[in-house]
Amino acid sequence: MDGMQNAKNFLDVGALEDIAPLGARTVTTTLGDIAIFRTDGDEVFALRDQCPHKQGPLSQGIVHGKSVTCPLHDWVISLQSGLAQGLDIGCTPIFAVKVEAGRVLLALP
Amino acid sequence: MNVMVSPRKKLVVIGNGMAGMRTVEEILHRAPGMFDITVFGAEPQPNYDRIMLSPLLAGDKSFEQIVLNSLDWYVEHKIELIAGESVTAIDRASRIVTGEHGTSRHYDILLLATGSNPIVLPLPGVERAGVMTFRSVADVENMLEIAGPNKSAVVIGGGLLGLEAAHGLNLRGMEVSVVHLMPTLMERQLDASAAHLLERSLTQRGMSIYTSANTESLDGEGEGGPVHSVTLKDGRRIKADLVVMAVGIRPNTNLAKAAGLACDRGILVDAAMCTSDPAVFAIGECIEHNKACYGLVAPIWDMAKVAADHITGMAQTSFTPIATGTRLKVSGVEMFSAGAFMGDETTDDIVLRDAARGIYKRLVLRDDKLVGVVCFGDARDAGWYFQLLKDEEHLGGLRETMIFGPVTASADPNEALACMPDNVEICGCNGVKKGTICAAIAEHGLKSVDDVRARTKASASCGSCTNLVEGLLKISLGAEFSATAVKPMCKCTTHGHDEVRHRIKGGMLKTIPAVMQALEWHTPNGCASCRPALNFYLLAAWPEEYADDAQSRFVNERMHANIQKDGTYSVIPRMWGGTTTASELRAIADVVDKFNIPTVKITGGQRVDMLGVRKEDLRAVWQDLNAAGLVSGHAYGKALRTVKTCVGSEWCRFGTQDSTAMGVALEKATWGSWHPHKVKLAVSGCPRNCAEATIKDFGVIATEAGWDLHVGGNGGIKIRVTDLLCKVTTEEEVMEYACAFLQLYRTEARYMERTAPWIERVGLKYVQERIVDNAELRRSLFEDFIHAQKFAQIDPWAEETSCSTRGQKYDAMAELV
Repeated sequence: MDGMQNAKNFLDVGALEDIAPLGARTVTTTLGDIAIFRTDGDEVFALRDQCPHKQGPLSQGIVHGKSVTCPLHDWVISLQSGLAQGLDIGCTPIFAVKVEAGRVLLALP
Repeated sequence: MNVMVSPRKKLVVIGNGMAGMRTVEEILHRAPGMFDITVFGAEPQPNYDRIMLSPLLAGDKSFEQIVLNSLDWYVEHKIELIAGESVTAIDRASRIVTGEHGTSRHYDILLLATGSNPIVLPLPGVERAGVMTFRSVADVENMLEIAGPNKSAVVIGGGLLGLEAAHGLNLRGMEVSVVHLMPTLMERQLDASAAHLLERSLTQRGMSIYTSANTESLDGEGEGGPVHSVTLKDGRRIKADLVVMAVGIRPNTNLAKAAGLACDRGILVDAAMCTSDPAVFAIGECIEHNKACYGLVAPIWDMAKVAADHITGMAQTSFTPIATGTRLKVSGVEMFSAGAFMGDETTDDIVLRDAARGIYKRLVLRDDKLVGVVCFGDARDAGWYFQLLKDEEHLGGLRETMIFGPVTASADPNEALACMPDNVEICGCNGVKKGTICAAIAEHGLKSVDDVRARTKASASCGSCTNLVEGLLKISLGAEFSATAVKPMCKCTTHGHDEVRHRIKGGMLKTIPAVMQALEWHTPNGCASCRPALNFYLLAAWPEEYADDAQSRFVNERMHANIQKDGTYSVIPRMWGGTTTASELRAIADVVDKFNIPTVKITGGQRVDMLGVRKEDLRAVWQDLNAAGLVSGHAYGKALRTVKTCVGSEWCRFGTQDSTAMGVALEKATWGSWHPHKVKLAVSGCPRNCAEATIKDFGVIATEAGWDLHVGGNGGIKIRVTDLLCKVTTEEEVMEYACAFLQLYRTEARYMERTAPWIERVGLKYVQERIVDNAELRRSLFEDFIHAQKFAQIDPWAEETSCSTRGQKYDAMAELV
C-alpha cells in the first residue's frame, strides 16, 4: 500500500484500527522503518523503529502508558520524546503523526 | 453380659443444610460427645454452600469446591447421615421421626432446619418441562441439561437470587432475559440510582432486562410440550428454552405444622430458638421470630450459636436480631446497603457518583446521625459506614468528608482502622471481626496476611479486605510488619505475585483491566514486567474463558519465534521426543533453500533451529512446515519446550524401558501448555541417563522396576541437579505424576520462576505432600491440567497463517519508498 498525499506534509499510512490498542505497526520508508504506536487512549506516536541502545525493533516491544519497552534489553523509551527513561541515556528520533477520521497520517521531514 | 453405661442423649437434626450443620458444629465445639447425632437430609449430597450455587451454575466452581462438610467429616464426628430421605412425620408424644423410606429414629432433642421453598407462581404453563426454580444442586443440574450457547433463558424475578441465576446462565453462553415485576432491580437492597447502574452493568454483559414487567404465561407446543417462550402482560414475547422462577422463598413449615407445632409464616420460636415444644428447636430460614423471617447468613449464624448454647445447656443466651447490612456481589459488582437507605422527608442525602467507573455511594442522614447507606461498585468503606450507623455516632465534622471514606476522614488510613471498635466486621465473606484478627495476631504471633488467613480465614475468600488485614498487622506489629512485607510484583503495584494470584482466583478477576482496577494498579496499563505475568496468571486461572492478550506477550510469544540480536527470528519446529523423519527433514531443507535461511543448527533439545528468518517471511515458512506436518516447537515461550529422550530399549542394549515412546507420549500430552517459565522434560531409558534427565524440570529415568521421577533440575546459569520425587511402576503413573507436577508448578509458582528456585523456595517436601502422598489432589491436578490442555493445544503457527487479522503484525503497515 503506497502512501497518499493527504495534507501539507502528512501522508495517509493506513487506518487506526489496523494497529491494535497498546500495539504498533511499522512503515517502511527511505529513512528506515518507522514504528507507529497506539496507546489505550487511541493516541498515536511515531518513532524510528530502533532502540538507541542496540537497535532493537521498538515496534515489537510492550506498550504501556506513553512508553514502550524494547524487546531486546528492556530499555524503556518515551513515545512522546523518544528519550530513554530511568538511568539509561539515549534518544530515538520521533516523527509527527496524527489521526483524522480514523486514518493515521504521518509526516516525514 | 452387657454392662449398661448411661446412654448418651439422642439429637436428631432434620435438614442437612447450612443452618442445621452450623448448629451441629457449634454443639460439637461446646460439648463433643454429648449427643449421638443423626442428620436427615432430603438432598442426596453432603452439606454444601448454597450461596455458591451461582458459581456452580457458571462453571467457576465444582460441586466438590462448594461442599462445606464432606462425608468424611460426618464419619469423623460419628454423625449418622441419612441423605436423600426427607422426613415425613414427627411423633412428638413418643419422640420419633420417620422418613419417606421408613427410616425412623428416636430423639431426646429435635432440631428443625428445614429451610425454605422457592415460591412458584401459579402461571399458565408453569408445569411445562424447562420451567424450574433455583434453590439446590438438583436445580443447577436441571438447568445445565438445557443451558448452552445460542439458547435462551428467561429468569422471572430480578432480586438477588434471580440475578445470580441470570449471571450464571449468561456465563454459560445463553441469551438471558430478566423479567422483574418492580420498576427497579433488587428494590429491597438498592435504591433507584444504584439499581440503574446495576441494570446498565448487566445489559453491558449482554443480558436483556425487563422491569415493571408482569408475566402472563409460559408457552410451548400444545398442552404438554416444553416451554419455548414467555409472554408478558403487555403482549411482548420472549424466547425461552429455559425459565427460572426466582421470585422469593417461603419458610418450609409443612412438617412442623403437621406435627402440631405453632407456626405462622414460619415455625414460631422464642429467643432461645425453641419451638412451642421444649424438646424441639428450630433454626434458619424456616423460623419466625418476633414476626420476622430470615434469609441471610449472618443472623442465621447467630441463631446457630444461641441454639447450641441452649441444646447443650452451656449458656442462657438469647437471639437478638441486630441491624444487618447486605453485602452482595452480583455478577462481579460489589454492593452494600443497610438501614433506611431509601430516605424520607426527615433525612438528608450525601451522594457521590462516578458514572464512568460505575461507582455510586449514598449516605442517608437524619439530624447528625447516619441512618442508611448504599454503596455500589465500591464497597470498601461499607464496614466503616455500617459501624457509624449501628453505633448511632454523632457525625459532627466527619459529615464533610465521610462520603470519601475513612481514609480521607482520617489522614492516616491505619489510624481510622485503629480507631474502629473490635466488633467491626473486617471480612464479610467469613464473618471475621477486627477483635478476632488482632487477638489471633497477638496470641499466635502471626506475621503475614497468609498467617492471618490460615488462622482466622479473614481475607481468605474474595480477598477484597486484604488491605484492612494488612493494616491490622501493621497496627499490631509496628515496624516488624514492614520488615516482613512481600516484594511487590513491580513498581506498578504494592502487591506481591502470590497475592495477585490469590486475588485473581478469589475475586473472580478475568481480564487484565479488571485485575488492575480491583488491585489498584498505580499505572494505567502496567509495564513490560507485570503485563506478561498477569496475562499468564489469568490464562492459568481461567483456561476456558480467558482471551489471551497478544499485546501483553513478550515479542517472542507474540510472534511465535525467537527474536535475534539483528531483529530477525529463529524458527524451531517440534520434533516429538527428538524423533523425526526423512520427509520432515526434506521439508526443512526445502524451507532453508527457499527463504535463504543463513544458519541451521541442532539444538540442545534435540531439534532443528533455522536462524535468521525475516519477520515478513515467518508465516510463509510456517505454512511450508505445517504442510509437512511440522508444528510450532514453542522454543520461544514460557511454555513446555522439549522432551529429550535416549533411544531406550527399542535399540539400546542397556535400555530397560522404551524411553523414546514414553517421551513422545509425554510431549503429546504436555505440548502447548504455558508456564511461569520455560519447562524442559527428559526421559532416559536406563540409569546411565543419556538424556540428562537429572538437570531437567521433570526428568524420568527408567529402571528395571519401573521409573524414577526427578524434579527441579536446571542446566542454566545456576546448575541444579534434580531431587528424586518418587518411584513409580507404570507409564500411566509417569503421565499422571508429570501432568500433576506441571499443574502444581503452573498454578503456584511466580512468573519467571523456574522449577528449580520454586522447589528451593517451597521445599521438596511441599511438592511431595501434594503430588506423592495425596492421591486425590494428584488426580485432581492431573485432571485440571488435561482440561486446560483442551484449550491450549492449538498450533499457533497454523492459527497465525490462517487468520488475516492476526497476520497483520508480520507485515509493514505501509511502504513509503
